Amino acid sequence: MSSRASRGKRGALLADILVNGVLFLIVALWTIPTLGVLVSSFRTRFDIQTSGWWAIFPHREWIKVSESPIPDGMDPDGVMEILGATGTFQEFRQGILTPDGKRVTWVGNKRLGRIEIQEQRWTARTDFTLDNYKQVLNGKSFTLRNPDGSTTTVQGDNFVGAFLNSLTVTIPATVIPILIAAFAAYGFAWMRFPGRRLLFVLVVALLVVPLQTALVPILQDYVKLDLNGTFLAVWLAHTGFGLPLATYLLFNYINGLPRDILESAFIDGASHFTIFTRLILPLSVPALASFAIFQFLWVWNDYLVALVFIGAKPDVQVLTMRLAEMVGSRGNDWHLLTAGAFVSMALPLLVFFSLQRYFVRGLLAGSVKG
Amino acid sequence: MQPPTEFNAPSRGALDWLASALGRLAVSVLIPLATFGMLIAGFRWLRDAIPDNNTQKAVISLVAIVWGVGGAALLYLVSNWFVERLPSVWTRRLQPFIFVGPAVAVLTWYLALPSVRTFWISLFDREGHTFVGLENYIAIFTDRDMLLSFRNNLLWIVFGASLTIIFGLLIAVLADRSRFENLAKGLIFMPMAISMVGAGVIWNFVYAVRDISDPQIGLLNAIWVALGHEPQAWTAMLQPWNNLFLIVVMIWMQTGFAMVIFSAAIKGIPDDLLEAARVDGANEIQIFFRIMLPYIRGTIITVTTTVVIFSLKIFDVVWVMTGGQFGTHVIATQFYRQAFTNQNKGYAAAIAFVLLLAVVPVMIYNLKQFREEEAF
Repeated sequence: MSSRASRGKRGALLADILVNGVLFLIVALWTIPTLGVLVSSFRTRFDIQTSGWWAIFPHREWIKVSESPIPDGMDPDGVMEILGATGTFQEFRQGILTPDGKRVTWVGNKRLGRIEIQEQRWTARTDFTLDNYKQVLNGKSFTLRNPDGSTTTVQGDNFVGAFLNSLTVTIPATVIPILIAAFAAYGFAWMRFPGRRLLFVLVVALLVVPLQTALVPILQDYVKLDLNGTFLAVWLAHTGFGLPLATYLLFNYINGLPRDILESAFIDGASHFTIFTRLILPLSVPALASFAIFQFLWVWNDYLVALVFIGAKPDVQVLTMRLAEMVGSRGNDWHLLTAGAFVSMALPLLVFFSLQRYFVRGLLAGSVKG
Repeated sequence: MQPPTEFNAPSRGALDWLASALGRLAVSVLIPLATFGMLIAGFRWLRDAIPDNNTQKAVISLVAIVWGVGGAALLYLVSNWFVERLPSVWTRRLQPFIFVGPAVAVLTWYLALPSVRTFWISLFDREGHTFVGLENYIAIFTDRDMLLSFRNNLLWIVFGASLTIIFGLLIAVLADRSRFENLAKGLIFMPMAISMVGAGVIWNFVYAVRDISDPQIGLLNAIWVALGHEPQAWTAMLQPWNNLFLIVVMIWMQTGFAMVIFSAAIKGIPDDLLEAARVDGANEIQIFFRIMLPYIRGTIITVTTTVVIFSLKIFDVVWVMTGGQFGTHVIATQFYRQAFTNQNKGYAAAIAFVLLLAVVPVMIYNLKQFREEEAF
């Protein structure tokens, strides 16, 4: 601080502007893609297909002021003169400027076209709607109103159903591994039994095993046990894949709790189970919460595990699968894709922003060792 | 001395003892059995329940969540209760395994054994009937598609990991000096909460391409066309550089992670160290390269390892954005394609095992660290 001050106010101000300027630029770069999707999810299908999402901001655009049919006797393959503008068909398609600042544009193809006179005006496309969300969330067919007053009936994408499936997968797949890991962490930290060290080495060794390694054999087991496509199958898979990190993190935390509290509890005759549930679990809430957020986000956002273990059953599809399917089958229906993407992001973003501190603490515990 | 009624006591007592022992035994066995039975009945009901509408579905979801979470807790409760009823020697011997056993069992079933089983499967042909030795591995390292995927993963590691680290460091250092630190960090961190499928949609929209005569609705092409170029299908053109447009998505997602960890590490550098350097006349750039970087070297290595492993396993982004077309396949997408689209289990298992081999050095490093820490 003192050195910065010594360089004088001007230097400090310049540095401050430079730091914040560059930071602002990077933040903008990071946020704009998401912003575009958020904005688009509220725009009408027509607006999305005919203009970029940034058209919601005031900008100058060519707006139609009048329209006329193609004058008779025009040869679309040669040079034409229409309403004071001269050019070929291609040039008219792009629009030809006239001296009074207007633009003459040929809309449509050579035979069935019309002529539009356009003028540059300030405008903003702010025709927002909730129809995209209605269509994406709804499971049944429902009626959409078109800009011209007519109606269309469309089949909803039932993201509500997928949302429920995601919840049903995520909550137990978050709680079960934490429960198992907490018991194990206590066992490793506070009990003495043969093979203790070896078993913990197993936990550490498995920390980085890619889950791809497990998919083929586990799928074979599931087929034999007739577990495929059940919630239990996915819970157990996520439990298995999340368990090494959970056990490792919780062990580090529980092992670091002050020993004397526990020893006095033992002297009072409390059993391991009582000490674990009454003393250790409440004391470990920060560590449990950190890992819970971690696992929640990981399971909610998972695509591969869901795809492999519930892929065949459409009733149990989770949000990521439904969204990915939509990308594959309707990759250009941006009004639905953007709304769908936001439905899938809403809950994790909420969890993330409200519990960010715990999340960061968990990340630091997991990654910065020594 | 003893009252006469006590005369029959031994035989009566033995009978009582037998009865109560049998009773205890029956209770000890019946309660766990009843718990199991209940859980299995719950499982059957959940598996066969088919909802007609979303209200019914919500009810079933709720039951499933209660069944899953409650069931897991109940299993611990009942097995511990059972062990605590045993003679205390046995309680002491068995209780650790009630605590640690489930974790070890799940880890063994889901990670330890599969590593071995995957290797075993990889030695067989696509149906798993004929032993083919290392043929699948030979195929992997000679197949053009696979070699392309290895190259792509290398691109992911070289460009993705390095840019993630550089951006993460840059932002951490800048944010440390800014008044808007928390806001900036929160916004850059945000993509970590988004699924890779969601991120795929977000970036597909940025890269969206329309015919030249139509207005561009993708941001990148809008800028590109405004600069006087022809619109481009970014993720399909100019192989192999189209991969970079996919790698951008990973950088976008992982930089927040790197930033948060670097930020904490930088804040851990003692102030007097930086102060002393400034007094000695070092400028900020020298401080960054001569003091900060060496000081947080360990953290940089840890983060790099994490990001490299992440890019080795990258799947969703590629699968959703290009499906592996246009020369964008990576190891994990090839694995999925072979295992589930082509149904070639042997080949897929071999790919998975190669992936496992790639992380073995990290595994060894972790174990070494663990041994040195001597937390045990």
